[in-house]
Order: sequence, then C-alpha cells, then structure tokens
Amino acid sequence: MSLAQHLPALQVVLPLISAPLAVLLRHGGVAFLLVTAGAWAAFAAAVALWLQVDLLPAGGVLTYHIGNWAPPWGIEYRVDRLTSFVLVLVSGTAALVLTYGHASIEREIARASHYLYYAMFALCLAGLLGITITGDAFNVFVFLEISSLATYVLIALGRDRRALTASYRYLILGTIGATFFVIGVGFLYLLTGTLNIADMGARLRDVENPRAVLAALAFLTVGISLKLALFPLHQWLPNAYTHAPSTVTAFLAATATKVSVYVLIRFYFGVFGESLVFQRLPLPEIMLGLSLLALFAANLIAVFQDNLKRMFAYSSVGQIGYITLGLSFDSVHGLTASIVHLFNHGVAKAAIFLLIGGLVLGIGRPGAPPPVPTFKHLAGLARRMPLTCLGIVLAGLSLIGVPGTGGFISKWYLVLAAMEQRQYWLVGAILLSSLLAVAYVWRFVEAAYFRPVPGDGGVVREAPLVMLIPAWILVAASIWFGLDTSLTVGSALDAAQSLLRSGT
Amino acid sequence: MVNDLIPRVLGKLLIPFILLFALYVQFHGDFGPGGGFQAGVLFAAGIVLHALIFGLANTRRVIPDALVEAMLACGVLIYAGVGLAGILLGGNYLDYFVLDPNPVHGQHRGIFWVEVGVAVTVCGVMLQIFYLFAARGHDGADGTD
Repeated sequence: MSLAQHLPALQVVLPLISAPLAVLLRHGGVAFLLVTAGAWAAFAAAVALWLQVDLLPAGGVLTYHIGNWAPPWGIEYRVDRLTSFVLVLVSGTAALVLTYGHASIEREIARASHYLYYAMFALCLAGLLGITITGDAFNVFVFLEISSLATYVLIALGRDRRALTASYRYLILGTIGATFFVIGVGFLYLLTGTLNIADMGARLRDVENPRAVLAALAFLTVGISLKLALFPLHQWLPNAYTHAPSTVTAFLAATATKVSVYVLIRFYFGVFGESLVFQRLPLPEIMLGLSLLALFAANLIAVFQDNLKRMFAYSSVGQIGYITLGLSFDSVHGLTASIVHLFNHGVAKAAIFLLIGGLVLGIGRPGAPPPVPTFKHLAGLARRMPLTCLGIVLAGLSLIGVPGTGGFISKWYLVLAAMEQRQYWLVGAILLSSLLAVAYVWRFVEAAYFRPVPGDGGVVREAPLVMLIPAWILVAASIWFGLDTSLTVGSALDAAQSLLRSGT
Repeated sequence: MVNDLIPRVLGKLLIPFILLFALYVQFHGDFGPGGGFQAGVLFAAGIVLHALIFGLANTRRVIPDALVEAMLACGVLIYAGVGLAGILLGGNYLDYFVLDPNPVHGQHRGIFWVEVGVAVTVCGVMLQIFYLFAARGHDGADGTD
C-alpha cells in the first residue's frame, strides 16, 4: 500500500516529469506517448484518491506532507471531496484531450514544435493539478504561474498570427491577476504569520485589523476573478480561445477557469469564512450583479458571433456567470449549483471544442493552414459530418440546460437556491438567459441542418474515429450526468456542506 | 569583436574565472550567500561573454542548442528525481531525511542535488533566451518574423 499513500504527490509529479522527458527526447511522437501516458496516470491517481476520500468519514481530509515537514511549516497537500472532484475533472479532460489531439495537432501546429506543445501541455496540467491539491497559499501561486506560463505558450502556438496578440494580452492580464493574488496572499501572511490555507482560516478569526483583511480580500478577489474571467475582467478570454489550437481551447475551457473558481471557493469559504465575506460586505450583491451581467451581456454577444469558436468562447464567459451566481447565494444549494455547474459546463464545453477541432480538420484542405470555422462553412454540414454536428448539438443542449442533460441539473439547483431566498425574479433571469443559449445553439442547428450544401463545398470528410471517440465520451458524459446525478450532485452537496460548516 | 585584441585577451583571461566563481557560488551556497539560481546565472553570464567576444556561431559550437535544451530538461529531472528518491527510500516526496542514515547528512545531500538541478535549468534557460534573441534575424530557421 506504499504507493497508494504517495498518490497526492504522484498526482502532480507524474505529469510534471513527463514535460522535461518530452523536451529531452525531442520527438513529437514519443512526446505524445509520454505526456498522454502521464495524463492517464494522473487520471488514475485522481480516481484512486477519489476512492480513498470515499473511505474516510464524511468531511474527511487526506493530507500529505511534502518533504516530511509537518504543516503549517511545511507544504501540505490536502485532498477532500471538492479537491478530488476537481482533480478528476482536470486530469480526465486532459487525458481525453491528449488522446484526441494527435491528428488535430499534426494539422494545427508546426511539426518542429510538437514536442514543445506536449511539454507545455504537461506543465499546464501539472500546474492545474498542483493548484487544486496544495494546501499552501504560496504554493498555489507557484502552480498558478506554472500553469499560466504554459498556457500562454500553448495559446501562442496557434497557426493564426492573431494567436500571438491573444496570448500577449492574456500574458499581461494573467500576470496582473497573479500579482494581485500574491499581494493578497502577502497581506494574509503578514496578518496571520502562516501560509497554510487551513491554518490561515483558523488564525484570521483572531485578527483585529479588518481593513487589512479587506485589502487582502479585495486583491485576492480581483486577482482570481481575472483568471476565472468574471464578466468585466474576461477580455483576454474570447481571443485566447478563438485563436489557440483546438485541443488547447478544449482543455482550457474545461479546466483553467474552473480551477480558478475552485481557488476562489477555497479562499472565500476556507480562509475568510462566510461571516466576513458574505455578511459584512456587499460582496454577494456585487457578485450577483456581475454574474447577471455575464449571463446577459456575454450570452448576447455570443449570439452575434460569426466564428464558431468565438461564439462558444463568449458562451463560456456567460456560463461562468452561472457559477459565480451560485456562489453569491451563500447557501448549500447555491454552492452545490456552482460546483456541479463547474463540472457539467467543463464537460460540455470540452466536448464542443473537441468537436469543433474535428470540424476544422474536416473542412480544411490537406496541406493548407487550418480554416477559421465560420458559419459560411457550416451550411449543410450535418449531412457530411453527421456525428460531429450531432455531438455539438447534444452538448449545446447541456449549455441551454434542457432536462436530461447536465446543464439542467446545475440550473435546477440554482433555481432552488434562488427560491430559498425568495428571489423569484432571479428564476426568471436564469430562464431568460437560457433562451439566449437557445438562440446561439439554434444558429448552429439552422446552419448545419437546414441550409443547403453550397455548390463549391469541396471535399468534406467526417473527423477520424480517434477524434470522435474522446469527444463523444464527453458528449455522453454531459448527458449521463443529467440523468444520474449521484456522482456530481452527491459529492457537490457533500463538499458544499463541509465548506459552509468550516466557514462558521 | 574577435579581432579586437583587448576584449579577446581579457575575455580569455576572465571567462574561466567567471565559470569557476559560478561553481564556487554553487558549492559554497550551503555556508554563504549563493545557491543554484545565482550559480546558474553566473555560469550563463560567462558563456554570454564568450558569445559577445567570439561571436554566436563559435559559442554555439562549444555549447550547441541541443545541449542547452537538454539542460533545461535535465535540471527539472534532477530536482524531481531527488523527490522520487525520497519515496523510493521509504519517505515522502522530497523527503531528504531518508537520503542518508544520518538525517542531517540526508538534508545536506538532498539540498545539494536539488541545487544542482536548479543551476542546470537556470543556466539552460538563460542561454536559451540569449540564443533565441541573439539569433533573431541572423539565421532563417529561428528568425522567420
């Protein structure tokens, strides 16, 4: 059982080691095998950790002391229900995206930089897993930088030259976000004298300087909100998602913003405690306002996009609004909705972006640079790429929140949380914003299914099976988690209850 | 600058001592200011001086691009390898106590190899950045823009 005991460390180390090995061997194919194996190993570790947490009593935490230094002095890895939930999402998406990616990468990234792409992917994955699993505030920052720097490179690898400016913009905004985050952590360190997140939460209650705590809270909130693309701070996201290679978009959409939400939840409920954050400040109102703005403005912008990737990128900003809306309720059902939506939206969006990657491959001509997936290309595409189009529509149903899909479950809990607080108008707002999602998904359906095939359509082939199978696993998952919610809602309820209990 | 006598002679004189000083900073890091990061930068600075005086092409013959990229990777692998050695010897990840029967010696041994890893990677990164910038516009392969 010795290996099982080291799983929290191996969870991060296995993908981390695959990155330098990929650089050392300098071969695209070998790097693909190594990094994909690393990602699957990380997924296996995440599932094993999930099972270990299952064996603990409710609210139990697995801890691992790096270098055998006891916390709060040493760095501690902590795995509870929420952590292992996010770990499974991140590593599972990474494993599927990497398995899917070989054909798409051949096309979208210059052959000479393939091994660098895989190395960066592995670093990004290791960073995201590290942010999730570590129980040390400064360690969160280090992993945040690892994953962010890798992300900037991954975005810049896109064939389109606009990928460079998109990446640069994200670099500037992401660095501001990370700097604000570390300033916030610095304040907390000065106030409490500890960097261990759990210890910080316990000591912060005795701190008698509310102004410094508020400053820390403000810096952390703005810093993390930049990384999670909360509505007015989302400016980096649409371009980054649009111009990055398809696999990178799929991976980032499903994981990067979600891990940032996770960090926000950890700091709000684990460190500041609900008393300060949600009662002494108008933060819930601010969150509520920004979330509603995201729901309507971003979804409305999405409806009018011509580029398919950009449309779903704006839709991501809108969907993040649902997640932060859930946070603003400060109730078990609201938090449950956030956590469930973090998962359901990640799965559906990863499926959509993977399928768009297949679509780009299908409509492109061999040897030419990958085309931009605009609506012009979509006319009548459902007849020629039936599986890809059907998959996008099914995952789109989850974005809308049609009953029987994952998106419905998260919206159901959001509506429950709104009703609990007697804010019935919010129920209307949630339904109205879903109509906007109907509008943009319908635009796709209309173009792909009802427009005639243009005469000069050229040769369009269905995407290869190696791409369709991982994408369809995600599509199937977004339906499955709408029918069987024991995994998602069960664990999210668990996590929400223990978070709110620890906050008081 | 390869035809200028003074930089060439001074460079030949100074570069070995810069590299030696880097090693001093590396191995004396336990007892005085220094460590892997500073040593890596110093070592890279010596090589950058070589490139400034004798030209990038000559330096690339001494330290080829493939070696620089290998250094990037090897440093991280050494660091991570120390961590895994801790697990294999029955401790936690990055556990230096178990690297030697005497835990104090174990700590020394652990940090020694970790610092070696840091130095190798930092030196590699500095050189890689220098090579990429210095080569821009000179050879078609890298400077396509």
